[in-house]
Amino acid sequence: MKALRKFLDKKKPLFEKGGKFAKLQSTFDAFDTFLFVPDHTSKTGTHIKDAIDLKRTMSVVVLALIPSLLFGMYNIGYQHFLSVGETAALMDMFVYGLIKVLPIVVVSYVVGLGIEFAFAQMRGHAVNEGFLVSGMLIPLVMPVEAPLWMVAVSTAFAVVIGKEVFGGTGMNIWNPALIARAFFFFAYPSKMSGDSVWISEKADTFSGATPLADAAALVDATPTQAESLMSGALSQTWDMFIGLIPGSIGETSTLAILIGAVILIATGIGSWRIMLSVFVGGYAMGAIFNLIGANPYMELIPAWQHLIMGGFAFGAVFMATDPVSATQTTRGKYIYGFLIGFLAVLIRVLNAGFPEAMMLAILFMNTFAPLIDHYVVQGNVKRRLKRVKVKA
Amino acid sequence: MENLINIFIKSIFIDNMVFAFFFGMCSYLAVSKTVKTSMGLGLAVVFVLGITVPVNYLLDKYILAEGALVWLDPSMADVDLSFLSFIMFIAVIASMVQLVEMIVEKFAPTLYSSLGIFLPLIAVNCAILGGSLFMQERGYNSIAEVTSFGLGSGIGWLLAIVGIAAIREKIRYSNVPAPLRGLGITFIVTGLMGIAFMSFMGIKL
Repeated sequence: MKALRKFLDKKKPLFEKGGKFAKLQSTFDAFDTFLFVPDHTSKTGTHIKDAIDLKRTMSVVVLALIPSLLFGMYNIGYQHFLSVGETAALMDMFVYGLIKVLPIVVVSYVVGLGIEFAFAQMRGHAVNEGFLVSGMLIPLVMPVEAPLWMVAVSTAFAVVIGKEVFGGTGMNIWNPALIARAFFFFAYPSKMSGDSVWISEKADTFSGATPLADAAALVDATPTQAESLMSGALSQTWDMFIGLIPGSIGETSTLAILIGAVILIATGIGSWRIMLSVFVGGYAMGAIFNLIGANPYMELIPAWQHLIMGGFAFGAVFMATDPVSATQTTRGKYIYGFLIGFLAVLIRVLNAGFPEAMMLAILFMNTFAPLIDHYVVQGNVKRRLKRVKVKA
Repeated sequence: MENLINIFIKSIFIDNMVFAFFFGMCSYLAVSKTVKTSMGLGLAVVFVLGITVPVNYLLDKYILAEGALVWLDPSMADVDLSFLSFIMFIAVIASMVQLVEMIVEKFAPTLYSSLGIFLPLIAVNCAILGGSLFMQERGYNSIAEVTSFGLGSGIGWLLAIVGIAAIREKIRYSNVPAPLRGLGITFIVTGLMGIAFMSFMGIKL
């Protein structure tokens, strides 16, 4: 450790003004502050004494994502060997998944960080660390068969249009990882939906439909069809909870996501208010559909099952809680979270085109998060003004 | 009744005036700097749409459409005045806007001055004329249906403009690259909001 610090201190003058590599100052600074907590002290104004800064915050989120990532790798191997009908050792499955997932992670980080560094150099500010998390989230919401160049294009779009045009980390309105997924979804729909993209190198005879796709097929199903659909993947509740189902790389395992949620809540980085209200909202809408029961989808899928299918849990824990694009006020968080869950289930059931609706529901509520905050704050102002008047 | 609710929801979210048809963009982009003013303009648009669409519907049904004049005299069955629809619709809209302008000037003078030219310009807001023309094209069958369509479209537009106004209030503190400040970033925001509204496309009610 000390040797590394010494090495960095020795090289530092090279990157300062007048040094050989002065133009790369922000790059050097980024690595330096990533490795060591910076020793900046504020000269005026409010002093905050806290070891946690943006880089440390982001690292905790990445840590919370690790269970989902590891399980995703294992699940990819598991699904592959299941579909071709071979039995394989646990390690084989994991290694198979690792080989499939690693390129996507690398592409996402290289492209995203490359653009981040380029922007930082050009605009002369410090490198934003927000991409540490986005770069991990993007691969986790991609299907395993996503062509790498498409991942690269989506990532580039998300970083440039979703984030850098607003000024970088902390200033964007929409969650960049979701923008990447939405871009991918609308630009290359055939690679993001259907039955063949969720399992890598799947045998043709094997049905690769996700539980959500099965559920969406219920809408127009006759009673006998509905029965056979219900006895398929949809009946394997434990598999759905543990995550042994086809789906995007990191979203399948509710269990791994809950481990991540515990880390986020324990460290105070993710808002439990948002997570809780997303689940409540989703359950409420599911229950309403159960009551209406206009078609087999509404009737046969119990409300709680919506919460473990597809990307619901992943979105609730990692996407909706993004502190930048979510609402900032306490009351706003409850409203925001509730509406996300509510809309996600609503779109899932009513919109045949988008069986996986979590992404769009969160993007939609990101759009209105500033508005919710605005009215919550205005409401507070009004209430306080009233109090003043009463006393005077 | 269910039909009315469907039309209402549909015109707010699925066939949103701004994000599905890009109607009413000029005032949407120009007056969306603060939530307060955009709320005022949005309410004015809701009011105007809610009145003009049903009025134009009656106009269309009893005067303009082919054979609409039979109630006057059976011999007028083949009189077709639909070539007059544009001018008649605009006349109704313009007079409605005059009324709104007077009301706003009288009861909310601060809003009146902050809206400026864009209040009378509602008369040429394409969302308003678009509402009337959609009404004609889609063949709604009753006055209740067109009223719910008109109000729904207005509320959809209101939602869009207050949404973007809140975002613009927020990004005032963002470090947007200099060339994009102002309208540039607003266009990008509109596009991204459009992606978010895509979630409702294709829902059949």
